[in-house]
Amino acid sequence: MAQPNPYRDPATVRKLCQAIAAITTQPWRIMEVCGGQTHSIIKHGLDQLLPPEITLIHGPGCPVCVTSLSFIDKALAIAAQPEVIFCSFGDMLRVPGSQLDLLALKAQGADIRVVYSPLDALTLAQQNPNKQVVFFGVGFETTAPSTALAAYQAKQLQLKNFSLLIAHVRVPPVMRALLDAPNQQVQGFLGAGHVCAIMGYHEYLPISAHYGIPIVVTGFEPVDILQGLYLCIKQLETGKHCVENQYSRAVKEQGNAPAQALMQQVFQVVDRNWRGLGRIADSGLALNSDYAQWDAEQRFAVSTITTQEPLTCRSGEVLQGLLKPAQCLEFATRCTPEHPLGATMVSSEGACAAYYRYRR
Amino acid sequence: MPDFKLNCPLPLQYQHVVMAHGGGGRLMQQLLGTVIRPAFANPILDAQHDSAVLAINGTKLAFTTDSYVIKPLFFAGGDIGKLAVCGTLNDLAMSGAKPLYLSCALIIEEGLAIADLQRIMASMQQAAQQAGVLLVTGDTKVVERGCGDGLYINTAGIGLIAEAVNISPAHIQVGDHIIINSDLARHGMAIMLAREGIAFDSHLQSDCADLSGLVQTLLADGLDIHCMRDLTRGGLASGLIELACASHSTFDIDEPALPIHADVQSACEILGLDPWYIANEGCFVLFVPATQTEQALSLLHQHPLGQQACVIGEVKQTHPQGLVTLQTAMGISRVLDLLSGEQLPRIC
Repeated sequence: MAQPNPYRDPATVRKLCQAIAAITTQPWRIMEVCGGQTHSIIKHGLDQLLPPEITLIHGPGCPVCVTSLSFIDKALAIAAQPEVIFCSFGDMLRVPGSQLDLLALKAQGADIRVVYSPLDALTLAQQNPNKQVVFFGVGFETTAPSTALAAYQAKQLQLKNFSLLIAHVRVPPVMRALLDAPNQQVQGFLGAGHVCAIMGYHEYLPISAHYGIPIVVTGFEPVDILQGLYLCIKQLETGKHCVENQYSRAVKEQGNAPAQALMQQVFQVVDRNWRGLGRIADSGLALNSDYAQWDAEQRFAVSTITTQEPLTCRSGEVLQGLLKPAQCLEFATRCTPEHPLGATMVSSEGACAAYYRYRR
Repeated sequence: MPDFKLNCPLPLQYQHVVMAHGGGGRLMQQLLGTVIRPAFANPILDAQHDSAVLAINGTKLAFTTDSYVIKPLFFAGGDIGKLAVCGTLNDLAMSGAKPLYLSCALIIEEGLAIADLQRIMASMQQAAQQAGVLLVTGDTKVVERGCGDGLYINTAGIGLIAEAVNISPAHIQVGDHIIINSDLARHGMAIMLAREGIAFDSHLQSDCADLSGLVQTLLADGLDIHCMRDLTRGGLASGLIELACASHSTFDIDEPALPIHADVQSACEILGLDPWYIANEGCFVLFVPATQTEQALSLLHQHPLGQQACVIGEVKQTHPQGLVTLQTAMGISRVLDLLSGEQLPRIC
C-alpha cells in the first residue's frame, strides 16, 4: 500500500491554512510560477482552503503552453519529412500548430515517437543509421541539461543523423518581463522548485531586490505550496522582500553545478517568442556555434517559419495572470482539451486544462 | 450494403483516427457515439454493458468480444494469451454470467517465433482450464512482417446468466455503496515500465486475473449486486464516469480510501501520470445496497482477488447527465473528468 505522504498530510495542511489565515490582514496577489504547482493547487483544491484575501495567479511556467506556434509548425515541418524519426516528450504531441498537431501528423504516417529522455532519441539515432533522428527540446532549465547532454554526446560520437530542435526557455527573464508589464499585479512569487534544483536561486536575488518583491522557492506538494505561501505572505505582511527557500530538501543556492556547466558548454542565451507573451529578451536557449551542425532548424531549413498567434485565444492574459481560465468566454465552450484554441488548454500543467479537469 | 443513416451530433475534430481514439477517454466515446454505434443501433447494443445480454428461449445468455493488442507480448504477471482469456471472461462476469465457451482468432505477424506462440497458446489453455471454460472455435491469419506487432488476439465468449440475476447500469440506485476489489493501476504501470524501457527498480506485476470465479461466489451467496464494471482501459475514472452517465446519478468517491500500491504511486509521480486513469486487468467495482456492504466485503476478503476490497464511495443522488465527485484528503470536493485520450507523460 502507498505510504502516507507527509507532504500531503491533511492535518498539516489544515494547520498551515490556519497559520496563513492568522497572519493575513489584507489582500495579496501571489503568482506560482510553475505549471506543476498550478496543477497541484487546482487538483488538491488548495486555493479553496486559503483566506479570501489571498489570490493565486497562475504563472507562465508550463513549457508546453509557452512554446510558440512557430516552433510547433517547425516541428511539424520536420516531422513530416519521410526520412525523419521525430522524438518528443509526450505532452507536446497534442499542442495544436496552425494546421494540425503532431498526433494527427503521426496518424497520417509520420514517424513520431514519445521519449522520456533525449538520450533515448540519441540511442534511436545509433540504431537507425539510415534515418534522421530529431529531438524536440522543450522545457525550462529543468529539462535543458538532459538536452545539453544529448547534444554533447552527439558531438562526442560525431553522430551525423541526429539533430535537435531547441525551444528551451529560461525562467528569470520571464519573471522580469511580467514585473515590467504596465498592468502587472503580482506582489509575490512562489519560485519553481525544480528549475531551482538545477539553477539554484542566486539569479533571483537581484530580481527580488530590484522590484522589491518576495520570492519563495517552493516545491509541488500541498504542504510545500502552503509553506511557500506562508513564507511569502509573512514577508508581505511585514513589509519585507527577500528570497527564501522552502524547498531546501531539493534546492541549494548555487544549484547543480555540473548541469549548469554542461548547459553553458552547449547553449547560448537568445531572445525568444513566448506563446501569448511575445518576445522576451534573453529568455531562450539555443545551440551555440560549436553545435550548429546538430541544429535541426538549420539542417532542415525551417528557421524561416514564423507563424502569427491566433487572436481568439486569450492564453496570454491567463499566462500573465490577468485572466482566470473560467473568465474566458471560450473556456469549456469553443475551447476544450479535444479542441484547444491555445496551449494552456493542452498540457496537464496548463492553467485552463487544470480548471477544465477539476473545476467545472 | 444496407442503408443506414449516420447520426452525428458532434463534429469530429480529426479527419483521421489518432491513437487517442482508442484510449478509453472522451475522444473514444466520441468515435463510438458518432461513427460506430449509430451504424448498428439496436436496444441490446445501446445498453452499453460489458456484455450483450440475450434472451433466447427463456434462457439469458451473455455474449461479448474483445481484441488484445499489447506490447510486449510477455510481461510481469502474464502474457497476451492470459490477458485474452481473462479479459473476455471478465466482461462476461460483469454481467453476472457464468462463462461457458470462448472463441479465439489469431492475427500473427510473419516472423513470430513458434516457441513464443506455443507459450502463449499454453497460457491461454491454462487460463481457460482454471476458469472451467472451453475454447471451442477459432481462426488463424498470418500478415506480412511490419503489419502487426507480433500477435493480435481476438476472443469472444458466451456465458449463462441465472434467472434471478439482473445486473446493469440501469439498476444502480441512490444509496448504493461502491466497492472496489483490489488496488489500482498495476497492469498499466507494469506494461508501461516494461514497454518504455524505463530504468525503474520495481517488482510490479500486472494484476491480470479471471474475476468470474469471484463474481460467481458473490452471486451464489445471494448478494444483490446492482451493477459491476471491470476497470480496464481508461482505468477507474473512466469506468465510474461511464456508469454515472449510464445510470444518471452522482457518485461521491472518497479519494483517500483508494488502494494504490506504493510502487505504482511512485512511478506515477515520476512520470506525471494519474493512477485513476491507468488500465487494470483484475480490478472491478461493484454497486450493492448499503445493507449488503458488510456481506460483500466479507465474501471478497475471503477470496485471493478481493483481499484489499473496500468501500470507495456511494451513489448520492440522481443527476441528468451523470457526475462523479471526489472528496480529497484535503477536505475539498472536486469533479472527476474523462481524459481526452491517452495520458501523456509530462515534460518535467
